[in-house]
Parts: sequence; structure tokens; C-alpha cells
Amino acid sequence: MSGESTYNPSNGVSKWLDSRLPILRLAHDSFVDYPTPKNLNYWWTFGGILSFCLVTQIITGIILAMHYTPHVDFAFNSVEHIMRDVNYGWMLRYIHANGASMFFIAVYIHMFRGMYYGSYKAPREVLWILGVIIYILMMAAAFMGYVLPWGQMSLWGATVITNLFGAIPLVGENIAIWLWGGFSVDNPTLNRFFSLHYLIPFLIAGVVVLHIWALHVPGNNNPVGISVKGKQDTVPFHPYYTVKDGFALTLFLILFSYFIFFAPNVLGHADNYIPANPLVTPAHIVPEWYLLPFYAILRAVPDKLGGVVLMFGAIFVMFLLPWLDTSKVRSARYRPLFRQFYVLFILDCLLLGYLGAQPAEGVYIVLARVGTVYYFAHFLLILPILGLVEKPKEVPESISESVLPAAPQAAE
Amino acid sequence: MTDAHTPVTEEPNRRDFLYLATGAFAAIGAANIVWPLIDQMNPDASVKALSSIEVDLSAIESGQSITVTWRGKPVFIRRRTQAEVGDAREVSFADLPDPESDADRVVKDEWLIMVGICTHLGCVPLGQAGDFNGWFCPCHGSHYDTSGRIRKGPAPKNLEIPPYDFVGDTRIKIG
Repeated sequence: MSGESTYNPSNGVSKWLDSRLPILRLAHDSFVDYPTPKNLNYWWTFGGILSFCLVTQIITGIILAMHYTPHVDFAFNSVEHIMRDVNYGWMLRYIHANGASMFFIAVYIHMFRGMYYGSYKAPREVLWILGVIIYILMMAAAFMGYVLPWGQMSLWGATVITNLFGAIPLVGENIAIWLWGGFSVDNPTLNRFFSLHYLIPFLIAGVVVLHIWALHVPGNNNPVGISVKGKQDTVPFHPYYTVKDGFALTLFLILFSYFIFFAPNVLGHADNYIPANPLVTPAHIVPEWYLLPFYAILRAVPDKLGGVVLMFGAIFVMFLLPWLDTSKVRSARYRPLFRQFYVLFILDCLLLGYLGAQPAEGVYIVLARVGTVYYFAHFLLILPILGLVEKPKEVPESISESVLPAAPQAAE
Repeated sequence: MTDAHTPVTEEPNRRDFLYLATGAFAAIGAANIVWPLIDQMNPDASVKALSSIEVDLSAIESGQSITVTWRGKPVFIRRRTQAEVGDAREVSFADLPDPESDADRVVKDEWLIMVGICTHLGCVPLGQAGDFNGWFCPCHGSHYDTSGRIRKGPAPKNLEIPPYDFVGDTRIKIG
């Protein structure tokens, strides 16, 4: 999409198609001859891994829907039916359930990579915002998917999250009743969550197309964070990055397979193998691991509305990131102070994640409050101020120079 | 080419009126079509039909509680002891985040009937637990007293009292 098309239809059929629907030209220019910075490291392979995760979730999800029954009386048993009776049902369900976790592992690495190398800065703000939208859709899909097996965590997780909307002044209760289709989480809720859970992955796929489009206009960022200056800075996407992405995907699949075949339930919660009971709340309601930092923020605030506002605020503040970071230097390689605060921010997110899994009492609450304040301070204070006071290191002249310091232009 | 367009005039002309009227009509039409698509998610007739139940209280001794289901929610029915009623009556309004007198929360002093759903995020609190010997929500640590009023923790309100009437000495109708 940037630069001239290099596609050359090789035979009569592809020539005929190219003059009617140039879809092969689009694919060629986007994924074959697409000029890509030649210094991308393995942190850049997670875009491809995420595409794989989305396709895996859609395929296994469509199959699971063939055997699943979205009704409070049958949902739990239909999941057990998938596990015990359906051919390879156990494997498909474990792929789908652990696939959600793998999806989030990959997306968190992808996001933290973007934060480290300044991939959200001009001219990639829209690319970043589309990514945050995908992330929010992923959380919605994951949350609704977790409700479908209709175990104790399904019911009570859904109850806690839908009650968040009840904190909205005046109309909150009506919104909650509207979401439930009743006066509590019940059969109508399960039905609509199933419908929406099926819909959202296709919405994600649509936003992914926009995300890739917004990527291919300015082109990839890269580890040194400076723009491509000419052909000497790039290599064609295929075979260089198809192979690199493929190798990284293979390693990722080894980890994925470990969970599917050897530890399929460690990322879940045992209580979800108890059928949902609206009269008994589990002693500990814990969301899936990938939502824990936000859950910690929710519980850190002693006020219901305040907790809900901060929890959603923690997600929405990411939309503002391109404008909160005032530094003109993209890559953290040349930002010595930012690098240290970046590490602190990761530790803070991990701390909040840990606290989200602990009971809301005593020292855990105090730590969660400290962690929450630091989370927002990182975005609202540290990033804006750092860009003004930090003295960046010298940035190389070009991508080529940074990877070939001895003979800057000799590679040509 | 230029005379294909009407000349720019200060006064709104007939075309402007038609344009606005058409737009307004389309907007009203769109809203009318969207409303059923939204309202279909509200509680349906079969859900609303289950909105009242009758409960026999004769088997409950003093100090005992039962939990019944009303509109898919648990309802706590507790026959309070004299000590519990006394505790609830002694509290001053200054100690209550959501001030409400115990007398306003019951029809008969002995019988405390309330929706067993924490007003924080909807968990079911545990009975005769917590710092005030009332109810305690294990999810996020809200403590309620012997009148089901919030005393400590993140919940903003007292446990809700459902609409109910005594239809006999030991029989109530909830809803």
C-alpha cells in the first residue's frame, strides 16, 4: 500500500482477475513484496501469532457451538458432553479455553512491545487506537465466553461484571435489568451472551483488517524507532518475515500445546466445574488471569462508582497514550529514563495482577491502592513529564546504519 | 454549470424545508425501528409472570433463617432474636452510611425480610457473620448489621427490602 505495486500477473487467469478484482495484487503487495524494515526483532512476530490465535478461536468456537446448548438447564451438561462424548471434543474445548489465555499472552506482549518502541507515536496513533479497540473487544468476548459453561464462576463472574453497570447513577439499575433480560443473571442472559460471544470474533476480524490497513500506510515501526528512509532499509515481507513469523509461531505452539495436553486446567478455576447455583456465592470470585489487574483496581477503591470509573479509566487511558507521551524519540533504546519507568510500569501491572487474585483485605488493599495510583501516574504524570525533562541518547542516522555500523552503505 | 444550483439566498427556501422535514422524518422512523431492537432485551412476559410468591413462615423458630427464591434472586427471611432487634435499634444514624431506621425496614419487628444480594456487585452475603453479627459478603468484604444495613466495606446501600405483605399471621406474599 505504500509505494508502487510490484505485482505482475503471470498467466491469463490472474490477468483476467486482476483487471476485475485486484485481490491477488492486494495480497501480493500486503504480504509478499511488502517492504518491511530489515531490523525487526522477535518481539515483532506477535502480530502474526495473534492472527493465528484469532483464526484458531473462530474455528474451534464454530465447532464447539455445534455441540453446545445455551440454556441454563443444559449448558453445563452440554460442555461435559463435549468433553466426554464428542469425538476430539475434549481437545477442541481445551484448545478454545487455553487459546483464549494464549491470545491474551500474545496481545500483552504485543502491547508492551508497542509501548517500549513507541509504536503508538505519530504517524501511528490510529493504528494504536484500533489495537486498543481490538483489546477491549477481546476482553468482552473472553468474559462472555467464560459465562457459557454455566459453572459457579461463570454465573458469579457474570453477576459481578454486569452489576458494574448498576453503579451508573440514575439509569444504572435499568441498564443492568436490560442486560440481564430479567432481575438477575439467568437464562435470557446466557442466551444473549452466547449470541454476542459468537458475534464479537467477527467484529475483531473486521477491526484487524483496519489495523493492518493502518499499519501498512505508515509501515512498520522498528527497534530503533526511526522511519524507513529508502529501499536499503527494508526487505520484502516474504520470505524474510514469513519465515521469521513462522519460526516464532512454532515456538509459541509448543507452549500452547503444553497447556492443552499437559496442564489444560491450570489457567482456569476449579469452581467452574461446579454447576451454577444462584443461591450460593463462591468464597472467592476471581476473574480469568488476564483481567486481574483491572479487578485489583476495581477493588482498591472503597466507593462503588469510583471503583468502576477507575477500572474502565485504566483501559480508556490507553486511547490517550499517543498524546500523553510527549517525547519525540520513539524507541526506548534511546530513552534511558523512560526505560527504567517502563520496567517499573510492567512490575506495577504484574503486582496488580497478583493482588487481583488475593482476598480484598488488609495489606492487599493498601498495596492495590499504591499500585492503582502508580498505574495512573505512569500515564498521566510520568510520561508527559519525562518527554520534557529527559535527555535522549543519540539516535542513529538510518536503520541501515544502526544494523551495519562498520559499513553503513556497503550492504547495497 | 452554475445555474444548475439555486443561488445562495439568506432566507430558507422551500427546498431547505423539504430537506429538513425529510431528515427529521427519517430520524423518527429510524428511532422507531431501533426501539424494538433494544427493548427486546428487557425482561419478557414469562420472566415478569414469576414476579410474586407466597411463603409460609410457621416452621421458622426464633434465631432461624430461610432463603427463598424470588425473581431468580435469593430472599433472606430471618426470625430475629430479641437481642438482634435490640442491637439494630440501638445504632445511631451517624454510624450508618445509608441511614435508615430498623423500624422502617420491617413490617413486624421479629421478621426481617430482604433481598439477599450484596448492593456492591451482587454476591450473596453469608448470614450471622461479619463485624456486626449480621451479614458479610465474602466477595469484596461488605459488613451488614442485624437489620441488613451496610456498616463497613464497599457496598453503597443497605440490603434491599422487597415489597411484601403479611397475608396471614405466619404467611407472606413477596412481590
